[in-house]
Amino acid sequence: MAYFARKIGLLLFALFVAVTLNFFIPRMMPGDPAQDLIDKMQGIPLESLEAIRAAFGVDSNDPLLVQYGKYLLNLLKGDLGISISRFPTPVWRVLQVAIPWTVGLMGTATIISFFLGTLIGIGVAWKRNTKLASFTVGLFIFVRSFPYFWLGLLLIYFLAFRLPIFPLGNAYTPQLQRGTMEFFFSVLRHAILPALTIVISSMGAWILTMRNNMINVLAEDYITVAEAKGLPLRRIKTLYAAKNAILPSITGFAMSLGFVVGGGLLTEMVFAYPGVGLMLYQAVQSKDYPLMQAIFLFISAAVLVANFIADIAILILDPRVRDGGK
Amino acid sequence: MIELDRLEMTPLLQCKNLVAGYRIKSGFVHAVDDVSFDLDRGGFLGIAGESGCGKSTLAYAIMRLLKDNATIESGSLLFKGADLAKLDEEQMKKIRWVDISMAFQSAMNALNPVLSVGEQLTDAIHAHEEATQSDARKRALEVLKLVDIPKDRFNSYPHQLSGGMKQRVMIAMALILNPELIIMDEPTTALDVVVQRTIIEKIQELRKTLGFSVIFITHDLSLLVEISDTLAIMYAGKIVEYGASESLFNRPLHPYTKGLMNSFPSLTGMIKRMGGIEGKPPDLLKPPEGCRFHPRCPQAIPICRESCPSLEEIADRHSVACFLHKGAEIL
Amino acid sequence: MLKDTFSLFIENRKALFGLMILVFFSGVAIFAPLIAPYDPKTNKVDVLRIVEEEMGRTTTVEREQIDEFTERRVYTQSIATTYERVTTKLPLNARPSRQHLLGTTKAGQDLFSQMVYGTRITLAVGLVTGLFTTILALTLALLAGYFGGVVDDIISLFTNVFLVIPSLPLMIVIAAYITVRGVIPIVLILGLTSWPWSTRILRSQVVSLRNRDFVRVSRILGERPLYILFREILPNMISLVMASFFTSTMAAIMGEATLEFLGLGNVSIVSWGTILYWAQNSGALLSGAWWWFLPPGICIALIGTSFALMNFAIDEISNPKLRKR
Repeated sequence: MAYFARKIGLLLFALFVAVTLNFFIPRMMPGDPAQDLIDKMQGIPLESLEAIRAAFGVDSNDPLLVQYGKYLLNLLKGDLGISISRFPTPVWRVLQVAIPWTVGLMGTATIISFFLGTLIGIGVAWKRNTKLASFTVGLFIFVRSFPYFWLGLLLIYFLAFRLPIFPLGNAYTPQLQRGTMEFFFSVLRHAILPALTIVISSMGAWILTMRNNMINVLAEDYITVAEAKGLPLRRIKTLYAAKNAILPSITGFAMSLGFVVGGGLLTEMVFAYPGVGLMLYQAVQSKDYPLMQAIFLFISAAVLVANFIADIAILILDPRVRDGGK
Repeated sequence: MIELDRLEMTPLLQCKNLVAGYRIKSGFVHAVDDVSFDLDRGGFLGIAGESGCGKSTLAYAIMRLLKDNATIESGSLLFKGADLAKLDEEQMKKIRWVDISMAFQSAMNALNPVLSVGEQLTDAIHAHEEATQSDARKRALEVLKLVDIPKDRFNSYPHQLSGGMKQRVMIAMALILNPELIIMDEPTTALDVVVQRTIIEKIQELRKTLGFSVIFITHDLSLLVEISDTLAIMYAGKIVEYGASESLFNRPLHPYTKGLMNSFPSLTGMIKRMGGIEGKPPDLLKPPEGCRFHPRCPQAIPICRESCPSLEEIADRHSVACFLHKGAEIL
Repeated sequence: MLKDTFSLFIENRKALFGLMILVFFSGVAIFAPLIAPYDPKTNKVDVLRIVEEEMGRTTTVEREQIDEFTERRVYTQSIATTYERVTTKLPLNARPSRQHLLGTTKAGQDLFSQMVYGTRITLAVGLVTGLFTTILALTLALLAGYFGGVVDDIISLFTNVFLVIPSLPLMIVIAAYITVRGVIPIVLILGLTSWPWSTRILRSQVVSLRNRDFVRVSRILGERPLYILFREILPNMISLVMASFFTSTMAAIMGEATLEFLGLGNVSIVSWGTILYWAQNSGALLSGAWWWFLPPGICIALIGTSFALMNFAIDEISNPKLRKR
């Protein structure tokens, strides 16, 4: 139980730090970004000016702490500000549309990648000294070094441009009506390349981690005991080896979620997939600061929650943690 | 009738000229170098020696658990009419844990941390017999009782048990299919003296009730004093002294055995100066020329440097491999 | 221990291969001006040639005989040189050919030269950031791991928090806000967002070393903490520190490429990331200009692989179970 409390505490504190960062970064920047922005954009309606000033916190003369307080209150109310680039749509509206796409794509891709990666990692560790194992490991070391976005470009080039098997981007063909089977299949088709990008780039990490863990576990005495007891190979592989090896993997999974999410964002940008990533890119290009901040918060919160879920998973799987944590 | 007698008379396990070790880049390490011994039914054979002398390799060789670059090079292990060294894996699986089982060194790491005690006991049953869940559970509870572990620990996890309890679980696990021979590899090494004592006593008690034979491997000769029938002293992969424990304890012949005996104090009797044995165990890849013990031997004579003595029976059930006693008789 | 690690490293085939790749690229970076045939940013080649040079005659203006042996002359001399300047504009968006090993960009810049010069920035940013991050992480790890207590609690708390906050969005947000564009901001941003990973790992090692007997003895003997840290703990962590350095450098290289690709860096400098930025923004992909966006990615992947291999080797050295049996 202490474990649980500790993890929740961490979650809340991290959220708090993210929120605070969000608040202070624009206000700490050298120069006057607000003025820069205003100068750069000509002919802005008055309301936008207000919104911009508000986003930078240069709209009020209240002391910083008061502004901070107001900011927190607004957050709790769900007021994320008004988007500059899509004026006058409120930010949360913009997010509302984009979030399902991101969750769908990233969620499924990450889960597939974790499972595939873990299974392959187990297999590669079990058959350690074969040529296939060495080749697989080497291949994934190489692939893992591709920049995320570049892999996306590669896939687009070969599988969508050269050989028009898959569409070039977007989430679905615009003309189709929502809710129809055609629409559904169109969504699937459009999701394959982006998903593939995420899966291929992140799988490598799971494979290598799982492989290392398995190798360490297989050297433990209880594996020898299991073999001496004459247990079926299947049971040894799963309940004795894998179950022990996967624990550090899950911890690693939680820790690297941040990176995986980052990669997912880049993938969206490259494929013009209308999720949160693309929104962020467009927000950066158009200097839509309120939108940018909101997206940053949303992503941080999502990763924190996912981390928390992973922590719970460990609680369930590792009896040692249940009794007081490591 | 005569047949039955003969059956009773043949040793349970006969190890003959066993050579085993592991292959490394620069050669073959002879961890077990031409070892022979007999184990009678219901007998207790103690194998003593320093770390690295090959004892564990011997244990693993008997169970045919040597992996990858570790192999049995030659020799035979006759067990109930079959040569364990020559059996294939399928045949060995029928013997392992059913007829011969093992209680491993350092139960700390020998128990799976993510499975409960009960699960680890019952899966051994399910692997060899067609048993229902409840039958297996019953049997598991029986063996737990035998080793004095309370019933409610059936669902405990290894980290919730004390060191002594873990070791007893290990023993229970070894007993669960009623084997005829249990090999115990340093079962008490990581435990304190008091707990050591309880474990040893428990083993003796179980032996009396269930009648299994034991090969007990240790570096601590003092443990074997009261409980073993036969003793084998191992050094650098070879057996240097072998025979009835009483004979060895009363009259240790090999200088190494004498050194070992001097390394532990006795609770009774005169206070004597404790000796040790100078030097370090040799590298088994390139053992010393001649008698392997001669660099550390306080009684070495010139011939010891040139040739390696073989095990010779000096008296009834007492053999020694040492030039000091070659051809001699115990008077 | 240093010597042993070093020799084991060199013998390991993976490490050697990785090291060779790194050496290759370093060589390219150092000798860039000698290797690159063109200036990376120019889209034309100027060749200046003298067509005709005419040495004029001398015309004596004044002549005076001062005495029997001395003569004074005043004269003028004229030279007329005719130059020829031939400007060849480099082809636009050209496929690889003998003159342009990797083709040209849409603006007519030679890509091979860009890649060669780009190696400098990419490697420099990567290595400097990696160094910065590693030193920062090591310092924090030593402080937290050795001194424990409140110091450890605070550092660990912040490490855990920043570990969990996704770094890419953070980097993007920070980079979007700053008005100064350039290499140094990138180095700072990358460094300040990637320290948690290494800090955590290094700290665990410090803690476990601190509790080892030989360190305990030193502490009991009353050795100064700085002495213990530098003479006893640090030397036993060399392989781990090296591994952290490689990982951080790799992350920095990827990060730089990513930020440049998004246009958040200084797009007028030449680095592999900016090449990709321009490729993307000029529609290289859709016009089939594979020579534009393939090389940078492949090279990043190669360097990444080289670091990963060296890391692998270090893993194998410090954990014998992982070695080939």
